Amino acid sequence: MTDARAAPNFDSAAHVAGALRGTGYVPDTRIASVVHLADRLGKPILIQGPAGTGKTQLARSVADATGLQLIRLQCYEGLDESKALYEWDYRRQLLQITAQQSSGVSDDLFGEQFLLTRPLLSAIRSDQQAVLLIDEVDRLDIETEALLLEVLSEFQVSIPELGTLRARVRPLVFLTSNNSRDLSEALKRRCLFLHIGYPSVEREREIVLAQVPGISGVLAGKVSQLVRSLRGLDLKKRPSVSETLDWARTLLLLGVDDVSPEIVVDTLPVLLKNEADIEIATKELDGSGS
Amino acid sequence: MVRGPSAVLATLDGLVEELRRVGLPISVAEKVDAAAALAVVDLADREAVKRGLGATLVKNGDHGSMYDTVFDLFFGGPPATPEPTAGLDALDDATVRQLVLESIEAGEESSLRQRGLARVLVDRHAGLEPGQPVAGTYYLYRVMRALDTDALLAGFVERAEQRQPGSTGDELNRRLLVEGLERGISSFRQELEAEIRRRLVADRGAGAVARTLRHQLPEDVDFLTASAEQLRLLGEVLAPLARKLAARIGARRRHARRGSVDFRKTIRGSLSTGGVPVDVHFHKPRPAKPELVVLADISGSVAAFAAFVLQLTYALRSQFARVSSYVFVDGLDDVSELIDKSTGIAEVAAEINRRGLGVWLDGRSDYGNAIDTFWRQHGARLRHRTTVLVFGDARGNYHSPRTEVLGRIAQRAGHVYWLNPEPRAAWDTGDSVIGQYARHCDGVFECRNVRQLEAFVERLA
Repeated sequence: MTDARAAPNFDSAAHVAGALRGTGYVPDTRIASVVHLADRLGKPILIQGPAGTGKTQLARSVADATGLQLIRLQCYEGLDESKALYEWDYRRQLLQITAQQSSGVSDDLFGEQFLLTRPLLSAIRSDQQAVLLIDEVDRLDIETEALLLEVLSEFQVSIPELGTLRARVRPLVFLTSNNSRDLSEALKRRCLFLHIGYPSVEREREIVLAQVPGISGVLAGKVSQLVRSLRGLDLKKRPSVSETLDWARTLLLLGVDDVSPEIVVDTLPVLLKNEADIEIATKELDGSGS
Repeated sequence: MVRGPSAVLATLDGLVEELRRVGLPISVAEKVDAAAALAVVDLADREAVKRGLGATLVKNGDHGSMYDTVFDLFFGGPPATPEPTAGLDALDDATVRQLVLESIEAGEESSLRQRGLARVLVDRHAGLEPGQPVAGTYYLYRVMRALDTDALLAGFVERAEQRQPGSTGDELNRRLLVEGLERGISSFRQELEAEIRRRLVADRGAGAVARTLRHQLPEDVDFLTASAEQLRLLGEVLAPLARKLAARIGARRRHARRGSVDFRKTIRGSLSTGGVPVDVHFHKPRPAKPELVVLADISGSVAAFAAFVLQLTYALRSQFARVSSYVFVDGLDDVSELIDKSTGIAEVAAEINRRGLGVWLDGRSDYGNAIDTFWRQHGARLRHRTTVLVFGDARGNYHSPRTEVLGRIAQRAGHVYWLNPEPRAAWDTGDSVIGQYARHCDGVFECRNVRQLEAFVERLA
């Protein structure tokens, strides 16, 4: 490895947990361990899990906690290397040609000054260590996924006209995936794997307390228990953590201090976004009451 | 436990070996990463080791529970030491149960007290016999029976009522309370399981216990021999699978580059390159979606298979112009509407049973009659864009197979595929007449597990 490994940002998993808590992110021991490991081993983390459980937020919070710059690449179908890696600035090249024709001095048209860096290359060329977030990597076409491989394992980018650009400092890399398709083995092999599922009741309560200022401990506990109970039902779309937070804020706005079945049923649309799901939940909560 | 680095590495070898044997794809690079992770984590902290190795070795969320089990075998450590809990041995059963109750109520999770209690309970009730090549489930069952969790639960609710009258008056609160306790019980159950496993490993060694515990990954479970628990797990695997398949199929359709040149877009794009059309743009191809007709045998022998197939095809219905489903045993019934309206496959299955759909005379499979009925009632609807899928083992109880009717269906429809959940070796033995039907099909496929089903559906669309 010729690239410079950055000095570790964290001493231990406990240190990670403490730093993340400081930014309002409540990690469980698993998340803290994997972030610590990734920081020490210099490997990317592939985060998988249902929508709205804080996958993207983890990368943001790590950037916050370490004070590093966050560079984000949002993936979508049809993303190509000119948007992910680099592009030649052809306007400047054309100007250069015109200038050369008048001055007679010939200069290299493919120098670094003509290179437009895109997120992956910026993360690698950055003088300071950066946090690179490659969001929703499962939306990439299978062929484009290969673009990432060199960056993720060697932390370098090969540009045919220029040669290989190595990382000055290895970035901390986070990839998120909603698992809408299986990622290639080659990509998975290069990453540490972290599955972020729905949080435990205790952790969700902490998240609510951290994210919804002014809520009482009792109400936060009730909210998380209830959401957990709803997730146990056979729903098309289970409520995510962000929906829990929306719901907790709603209850706070309504000035509710204890959760009764009527209030739950009235505010269900905040938690469940599907007509059939709301019906199932109403039946389940109301039916047992009468 | 205190072990040198080389001992830990040897254990890692065993762990990786066993994980590969149950089917997890672990590459050499990943094993190297795992070893590197061991250098970073605190080896004295078992949970940290588990998380570190898990992050480097297991790259699929569905394989997590398999990893947990195997890890516990190889890094289980010795059985709980008796010292901190010596006093517990003297207590009688009722008091021990009372203590379990209190620890669960207090929300403890794998505390020292719980470990001690688990040890005492396993001592008294499991009746472990050294040297028996059995998995721990039987022992666990015996301990759980002695603990009598239903009575425990009732006791909980009663006590909560006494402590704070009215706190359980509300059904909602009662529900939340009970769910909280169920979680507590299930975590104590894991404690018991771990204790039993530790004893088994101490008795026979990790490798031997792994062999008896070895079970298949959900995608490899055979439809016809799956247990109720495995079927439930299969259902969970299938739900995201349908979504994945739909995304994959949709993406492939959009990417088939057979469209004609989009002249407007090409010219517009050429402006930035001085009128030279460097990038040629194409119209997005819009291939017609196929229509799907599903005929599923729902007789007892293949009922579980039929349920999965119906579930999967319905989850994929956005990828087809139209999906019609029929179920048959010796008669034939249209269930498209039923599936459309229902919220889950369990509901469909219950409704089919309640109405006795598919059954005409004696409820024994009659492929000939089912196919003939389909041809007479719905044959006119078949078109060249229709794909007919037949699911079943082609065991017609020696009724006339009426293969010529399937021939007529094949002529009218675009394609006819037959999926057989039986192993290929069993085809055309006994009353199976799959060979005779195969002549009229575009393809006959063995479809014994989710992996094969997935491969077929992807090719189809």
